[in-house]
Amino acid sequence: MSTFLPSPRLLRSLLPAFSLTVILIAIFYLQPRAMSYFGLNLLLNLALPIAFATLAQMCVITVNDLDLGIGAFVGFVACVGATWLNEAPLLGAAVLLLCILAYAALGALIHLRNLPSIVVTLGMSFFWLGLALLVLPTPGGKAPDWVRAAMTFKAPGLPATIYASALVAFVVHLALMRSSYGTVLRGVGGNPRSVARAGWSILKAKMTMYALAGFFGVLSGISLIGLTTSADANIALRYTLLSIAGVILGGGEFVGGRISPVGAVLGAMTLTLAGSFLSFLKISPDWQIGAQGAILIIVLALRVVINRTGAK
Amino acid sequence: MFESQERLITMDGVCKTFGAVQALGSIDLEILTGQVLGIVGHNGAGKSTLISILAGTQRPSQGNLKFETAASVLPGYGVNQAQANGIRCVFQELSLCPNLTVAENARILHPAIKGVGWKARARALISNKLQEIFPGHGIDPDALVGDLSIAKRQMVEIARAFTKVDSPIRLVILDEPTSSLDAVIARQLLEHVRNFVDQGGACILISHLLEEILQTSHRVVVMRDGGIVEDREASAFTRTNLVEAMGSVAKEQDGTQRTSDIRQSGEQVLVSLQPKGQSDGHRLLAYRGEIVGLAGLGGHGQTDALLDVYRNKGCTGPALREESVPMALVPGDRQVDGVFPLWSIAMNIVIGSMRQLTRGGLIDPKAEAQLAADWKRKIAIRTPDVNNNILSLSGGNQQKALFARALASNAEIILMDDPMRGVDIGTKQEVYEMIREEVGLGRTFVWYTTEMDELAHCDHIYVFRNGTIVADLAGAEVTEQKVLHASFEDQSKSHSSAKAPAS
Repeated sequence: MSTFLPSPRLLRSLLPAFSLTVILIAIFYLQPRAMSYFGLNLLLNLALPIAFATLAQMCVITVNDLDLGIGAFVGFVACVGATWLNEAPLLGAAVLLLCILAYAALGALIHLRNLPSIVVTLGMSFFWLGLALLVLPTPGGKAPDWVRAAMTFKAPGLPATIYASALVAFVVHLALMRSSYGTVLRGVGGNPRSVARAGWSILKAKMTMYALAGFFGVLSGISLIGLTTSADANIALRYTLLSIAGVILGGGEFVGGRISPVGAVLGAMTLTLAGSFLSFLKISPDWQIGAQGAILIIVLALRVVINRTGAK
Repeated sequence: MFESQERLITMDGVCKTFGAVQALGSIDLEILTGQVLGIVGHNGAGKSTLISILAGTQRPSQGNLKFETAASVLPGYGVNQAQANGIRCVFQELSLCPNLTVAENARILHPAIKGVGWKARARALISNKLQEIFPGHGIDPDALVGDLSIAKRQMVEIARAFTKVDSPIRLVILDEPTSSLDAVIARQLLEHVRNFVDQGGACILISHLLEEILQTSHRVVVMRDGGIVEDREASAFTRTNLVEAMGSVAKEQDGTQRTSDIRQSGEQVLVSLQPKGQSDGHRLLAYRGEIVGLAGLGGHGQTDALLDVYRNKGCTGPALREESVPMALVPGDRQVDGVFPLWSIAMNIVIGSMRQLTRGGLIDPKAEAQLAADWKRKIAIRTPDVNNNILSLSGGNQQKALFARALASNAEIILMDDPMRGVDIGTKQEVYEMIREEVGLGRTFVWYTTEMDELAHCDHIYVFRNGTIVADLAGAEVTEQKVLHASFEDQSKSHSSAKAPAS
């Protein structure tokens, strides 16, 4: 169907980019000095870890599950990164690899026992938090120098965060949206029975997606300590809800395998910027969470409006 | 057309049981190449189970499946073996992924489409096949399946089943393939099916449109109660003897059936509903003290009618009583909308009667326990303790608890949504007995059932097709033939002999 009006689907896929642009323009209007290399760098500093956490969440949402433990998991990775990875790199790397395998095992458990993912991952969040406290009882530790160097790298033209986010979004887009096995993985979210009837293993698909979620969780934790230089068990607890909000803001849906990796990264950036935007507006921190919620509601309302026009 | 027939698959004594319920009893069936095999039967005759076994999505409990191309493949026969042996299946409920495009859905079926340029190949594959089967289909291979109309989704699914990449196609199973296609497209499909078998393929066609079966098939198998009752060449059948074969042998009338003259005696009309889409003014009526049956093939609007009755609390339309009558619904799908799985049996029973059990806004635990104990005794729920979890009961007893919930309430009308699905015969008899008792006490039942035997308990029957009432039979004139004819037939007008008294 080719019409001259943009289709609702196209409008919908442009919505995350649109929301990001609106918030950037608003920030530049309020604070023109932010419109510089240094200003952008400061604004988007924390976007990369959140983008990784959002992608992790998106992997789980793809197969119709929800991960309520990602924040605590990122915190645990950060603690491992600031201690073992620095002091004994081999041990640290092995532990992080084990974390990814643990995530794959979690996917298998949830699928085989037909458990609600929310319950399992919520339980796991306390497990990760406890482990993190064992590894690093008090805030501290030190990020490995190479992580530090990578995260403070000054790229020409634009802040490195922007390049990195674009690259990650592109790679994940290729893997999930364009590759042939990625199609099967998304199919598991859309109609698992149909995929199983075509002879694919749902177990394998779920384990793959959970392992990917673990992988992005690890990247999120490592990139986070590259910015903060030290770690704390509670450092990333708010990532759980931020990541869910990022996926939804980016055009994803809770069920049905409808996801957008590019949108998820844009959504994560929007959420990061929303915090700064509200500070520029001089809204007291007490109200910021509520205001972030309001932004989320506005974007979702826009999406509903687009869907409604499409339904006519 | 009958020249090149070879045996493709032999089913030898295949059985399938779900718990105590036997879905398939010892099926012996040969599937031949170069032949369209039509399968007909009423709901629950075992057609879907049969094709699930062929497609490898369900394992038979017993029996043997032999392929001519391979040795006996049971046990361990699954979806992958079915595909390797060239079996494709279009299931009745659509099985495409709505979040993927048409081309991507084609790829899901074909693991061989991968690597660089896979999308272009998938697109070409499905487009060509669509073009071949449904010329002028107008389906964009890059459209999301969720955005397509039901008919187009069905076309995509059918075309997908006929696509060939590396594994062979020997048998295509079509379960109600034309249910949402219009006549032109359905004809295109059936023509393609004939071509496919002429070139040596085999096809199984399941449809409730008997014309379609008679015109397309070479051979017809009639199933009833999980068994095969007829297996002959299609030319040996006419519409009439096909319908006869589907029904069970003429039953002697149930002695307990009441010669109902409730409708003449001026009792109150408690329910009067005009189904949506009914244009000829037919109404579903239920008088006080009546058992009204809703018949017809499954999913033809009976459940919707029940829910409409429930939602409107009985009467809709002008010139009828406005006050509402207390009602209770006995759901058919226990697991989905019946039991509270975490609660005890007692709580599951009394939840429908909370209002009678409260004192000063709080639940009276004594009255609650009393009510549960009463109903456990009355309805003979087999459990040592009503405080056990509801899931500790067998399926039939869970269903009894749901009956108890409805009967314990103050409802005057009990709506039943095919509640006897998968219930053993002993339990059924007990429940029938109870329904008769309750009717004697002045309660009214509206009973949707897919089982012919149960219609014998009804005073009045409405046969549904495509969401409308197509026949309206008083208890005495109910025969299985009439119901089957009305459910299947197009020229049903002549059969709706008894007009609704109102309207």
